[in-house]
Amino acid sequence: MSKNYFISGGTLDDGSKKDLFISEGKISGFENPTNSGTEVIDASGKIILPGLVDLHTHLREPGKEDSETVLSASRAGAKGGFTALSAMPNTSPVADTAGVVEQVFRLGIEAGLCDVFPIGAVTNNLGGSELSEIGAMADSAARVRIFSDDGHCVSNPAVMRRALEYVKKFDGVIAQHAQDPDLTVNAQMNEGIISSVLGLKGWPAVAEEAIIARDVLLTDHVQSRLHVCHVTTAGGVEIIRWAKARGINVTAEVTPHHLLLTDELAASYDPVYKVNPPLRTEKDVHALREALAEGIIDIVATDHAPHPAESKECEWQEAAFGMLGLETALSIVALTMVETKLLDWKGVAERFSRTPARIGRYSLQGGHFKVGEMGNLTVIDPRASWRVDRDLVASRSRNTPFHGMELPGVISETFFNGVPTLQKAALVPYANVDGRS
Amino acid sequence: MKHLLSINDLNQSEAISILDTAVELARVSDAPMKKLPTLRGRTIVNLFAEDSTRTRISFEAAAKRLSADVINFSSKGSSVSKGESLKDTAQTLQAMGADAVIIRHQASGAPHRLASSQWMSGTVINAGDGTHEHPSQALLDAYTLRKHLMQGSNNLQGLHVAIVGDILHSRVARSNVLLLSKLGATVTVVAPPTLLPVGIQSWPAKVSYDFDDVIPQADAIMMLRVQSERMNELFFPNAREYSRYFGLNTDRVKRMKKDSIIMHPGPMNRGLEITADVADSARSVIVEQVSNGVSVRMAILYTLLTGEGIESGALA
Repeated sequence: MSKNYFISGGTLDDGSKKDLFISEGKISGFENPTNSGTEVIDASGKIILPGLVDLHTHLREPGKEDSETVLSASRAGAKGGFTALSAMPNTSPVADTAGVVEQVFRLGIEAGLCDVFPIGAVTNNLGGSELSEIGAMADSAARVRIFSDDGHCVSNPAVMRRALEYVKKFDGVIAQHAQDPDLTVNAQMNEGIISSVLGLKGWPAVAEEAIIARDVLLTDHVQSRLHVCHVTTAGGVEIIRWAKARGINVTAEVTPHHLLLTDELAASYDPVYKVNPPLRTEKDVHALREALAEGIIDIVATDHAPHPAESKECEWQEAAFGMLGLETALSIVALTMVETKLLDWKGVAERFSRTPARIGRYSLQGGHFKVGEMGNLTVIDPRASWRVDRDLVASRSRNTPFHGMELPGVISETFFNGVPTLQKAALVPYANVDGRS
Repeated sequence: MKHLLSINDLNQSEAISILDTAVELARVSDAPMKKLPTLRGRTIVNLFAEDSTRTRISFEAAAKRLSADVINFSSKGSSVSKGESLKDTAQTLQAMGADAVIIRHQASGAPHRLASSQWMSGTVINAGDGTHEHPSQALLDAYTLRKHLMQGSNNLQGLHVAIVGDILHSRVARSNVLLLSKLGATVTVVAPPTLLPVGIQSWPAKVSYDFDDVIPQADAIMMLRVQSERMNELFFPNAREYSRYFGLNTDRVKRMKKDSIIMHPGPMNRGLEITADVADSARSVIVEQVSNGVSVRMAILYTLLTGEGIESGALA
């Protein structure tokens, strides 16, 4: 028998003040029936969002457990307000069979802190040439609907076309890492003024935009569904705007780091700022913020990419690409989108919970606080702030580019299936054991 | 100034002070007893992760003429997978008590990593990092230019210098553009468009695709080495076509300004970017650049490790 909770005094994302009674894992009403087993949580002054849904997470398990595990990423997710993560398939072995996606799915259930939905590889071993067993992954216990070779681009247009066609069978979507490989051999950072001075090989914006342009046209041609991962350029935004106006079924994501950081940070040569796609210019950052506000970019996704210390404590060109994202994501969105008045909290709930849930077909996520919905929610104090400390992260890795920054928005509670995984801004010990009951 | 990682670490007067110090120290090199006691007891490590005999022996000679103890440490290949990491190397040097590390590395920014991490506390001198910078080369080039073309002046005001060749991959070009413009020279970089970086409009230099157009205006022409690996990367059709448009040959030398000079940081590809007779001609100061290199590197070590330069005439 699970505990009951009464969250009182909070404001929902749409601005309405509503108390929430949670029992049996679900939102059961808006009043406290005052039975003795109810724990009251004071949310006065706080905002309540549907639990955040990340469509782009590297959980590293199986194979790279020194940098992250499904459990450690789930803990980082709970701290960051997430109730669903989507596991990118570039693990070892690659998630390109039903066996591997079911393993990751099962590890997520065992961790019990959030939903972990595996993303399947588009091609065998991310090799870009043969389709992986997409149908078997879709029919597996993990019910995979998103397929991606993330980290690699599905660069062969014929392969991309077939993948887009094939996933129509079960309403799937191809999530493309848009990067023309021939234009980005050994690329290290955004190609532009800063790279010309630093002598680091450039990753030109056109390498991203050319693939986005090609893929929206392919998607139109075969009438399928495309999701563009981590858009970083003003030009990419314009192509997606054009595609949407034309009625092409495309969605797009932006990462928190691309909403805030620019390529000027590479001047330190500190690889904590090395990420793929790379940090771009101030102009791109502003175009991305506006596109997210407008809905041209549909969602925020973290691209949480943990790496062990030795992969970052080295020369820039030897270092791995990627940065942590789960624990700072909502605060970065608060800083870049809410404090700038580009989005209200309802907009944040749409971009970071309801729309990603719709794209992934995660039917029990991204709710509207209706009676009978699963109790997946996040409570945030928008007026409080906190300082990022890489030594205090829940992730197994420490590669956060936000170390030392004072950020707005303290997440005090996360509820997953009606059970708190985070309470008073602290992870709940053994929440997973309760969660399974 | 603790480190020399980029020409941006120097303001104009600091750069001029290093050149003036080099003039004084050149007297030591010309003396029968080529040694000063200045750095006695100090340990200087030559950390060369990339082959470069010329720069290494130039720094070694400079350090020895200042009586420093020199340790040569060459570690080819630096990635974690290939062996010892830069961090481990730096901590080893720290444990051995290195006062300064002169680093040559194939990765742009490796000297910055040494200087800004907590791995070691000594002075770091960039002896060429990837395609980023080579500040000691630019200082010796400025020294050579000033000596030949700027009698009676301590800067390069009014001089026009053309830098010709693979600007995209050249650390010599990056440091020279920054330093020569800081000292008052006009710099024109000349290259096929494929060998100029995107973003070059931000550099303090003019850009030309037409070598023949620039030749009659230049007081000095600095030719850059074309690396053989560029041949297969589509930057130009072939070596013959490159030489035809961007090589310095006797026909082009005839169109140079009177008293203008020819420079090259070496090693040269004779017959590709420069013909043999031009390299060995009277206008060429290429060999002199090498000997000036020792004096300038003595001045860099002197300035960074004692915290001050030498005033003009102090060693006369």
